[in-house]
Amino acid sequence: MEKHIEVTGEKDTRSGFGEGLHELGKENKNVVGLCADLTGSLKMNAFQDDFPDRFFQVGIAEANMMGIAAGMTIGGKIPFTGTFANFSTGRVYDQIRQSIAYSQKNVKICASHAGLTLGEDGATHQILEDIGMMKMLPNMTVIVPADFNQTKLATKAIATHEGPVYLRFGRPKVPIFTEANADFKIGKADVVFKGKDVSIIACGHLVWKAIEAAQELSKEGIDAEVINMHTIKPLDEKAILDTIAKTGCVVTAEEHMLNGGLGDSVAQVLSRNNPTPHEYVGVNDTFGESGTPDELMTKYNIDTTDIIKATKKVMSRKA
Amino acid sequence: MEIKEMERYASQTRRDIVRMVAAVSSGHPGGSLGCTDFFTVLYHRILKHNPSNFSMDGIGEDLFFLSNGHISPVWYSTLARAGYFPASELATFRKLNSRLQGHPSIDHHLPGIRAASGSLGQGLSMAIGAAETKKLNNDDNFVFTLHGDGELQEGQIWEAAMYAAGHKMDNLIATIDYNGRQIDGDVEDVLSLGNLKQKWQAFGWEVLEVDGHDMQALIDIFDKAKSLRGNGKPIVILMKTEMGQGVDYMMGTHKWHGSAPNAEQLESALNQLEETLGDY
Repeated sequence: MEKHIEVTGEKDTRSGFGEGLHELGKENKNVVGLCADLTGSLKMNAFQDDFPDRFFQVGIAEANMMGIAAGMTIGGKIPFTGTFANFSTGRVYDQIRQSIAYSQKNVKICASHAGLTLGEDGATHQILEDIGMMKMLPNMTVIVPADFNQTKLATKAIATHEGPVYLRFGRPKVPIFTEANADFKIGKADVVFKGKDVSIIACGHLVWKAIEAAQELSKEGIDAEVINMHTIKPLDEKAILDTIAKTGCVVTAEEHMLNGGLGDSVAQVLSRNNPTPHEYVGVNDTFGESGTPDELMTKYNIDTTDIIKATKKVMSRKA
Repeated sequence: MEIKEMERYASQTRRDIVRMVAAVSSGHPGGSLGCTDFFTVLYHRILKHNPSNFSMDGIGEDLFFLSNGHISPVWYSTLARAGYFPASELATFRKLNSRLQGHPSIDHHLPGIRAASGSLGQGLSMAIGAAETKKLNNDDNFVFTLHGDGELQEGQIWEAAMYAAGHKMDNLIATIDYNGRQIDGDVEDVLSLGNLKQKWQAFGWEVLEVDGHDMQALIDIFDKAKSLRGNGKPIVILMKTEMGQGVDYMMGTHKWHGSAPNAEQLESALNQLEETLGDY
């Protein structure tokens, strides 16, 4: 019942990507990096500095970057593209669809500043539809890690995974609660807390919020299981069905539109296998706006208190 | 292969094209016929390639990317006649369960194809990537592309053009099918390309020009293009062609860009094109 987790620091997930990519540069000579004029924001500087021959500055031309990345796989390179999530997906959807996904190219699309927590730049840059767009593409793997350590491990894991990957991470500093040497497996969810009353399945920045919510709920005698669903596709269906079998109700939480996100994917598993009361925490069919990450998460109802509310509601729906 | 023999291949490919599109009452014969001489020269005289043992990575070979994927009939016929797969398979073009998709696909593992194309404007970027990898691999072979002139209306082409010059991609040779026609009409009327030669030059490319129906001229221009490596500039060949070349009623108009001939029209077309290698 006790919901204790060790926090070892606070860092942005994009720095986990930067460190992971830098290590990959040392370990795998086929890894190449491409960036569309956001090298500093994507934390790709270390890779650029140490492997200048394998770093390609494309300029502000994301469509071209996706095509070049696709072409670089022909001959055995493993390209990692870096730009903001908005420019990594919505801006270049058709390039990803035809040149990468349909063409089965081994490109790793690495996307920072995803979601509302990009903050002050506002809605033009705060993409909340990217998980949906990417998970709909055949051949595409979609990964949304939760903290610095996990983002670093995911970055390294996708280099040895054959096929296109969308790796989504973010801008703000968030608590580090996963282990640096954890056994990260694409498609295998992490159980953060065991519990029996409700399952909270979250991804990305919302995993920490789910942890906070579970800790609050435990004070009220509610024993929540928290699942870090870092891989949206392929989805760990067994982890979902196992936790539901114990708890009988679920809350999904994500920094994404309700339409098309993690919640939708979980709901498909539930409705096909074991229809279960399910409440959603996510952004409800609206654009974001300028503000600090914390302010935005509160205003757009993806904060700890929203998970607590959803938990109580879904528990009340249990038969 | 000598020009006389290549002319026999080109005649057969033109027959293949009109028969393929007529059989399914769909497809794009106009640009396919217009680029037949180019494809024949490319695959039988220019490219260093390995039809009997196709590999996706193409290490140690030249690579070719078709960016205007809708002229798939000429590519499929050329690949088959060059030995990539049996010519009999051309009969499956655009049919269910075929490897010969309406637009090129690698989903179905057709030898000779390394990328899907169809949604326009993407092939130059892909070719740049492949050319960058060749440089990283110390592979001194070339990467070739073909684009429609109408396709140059896509913005991504010019992103790629800027990159290729900025990054001195002199192992890249692009060709433009400069036939002046697109689906809705003449390119000049739909959206003028302006002074195309000056546009490419202003982007930092070496620009060559050629008559796309003169096989000797095509051989010479590719030799010249390859000899320019070392200048640090990507090369584009503006290739003047006639849409529908070889079939009289398809020439001089945009109307056969994406329309298939009926039975009577097919017969008329085949009467103009000698069967040289045996119909599939």
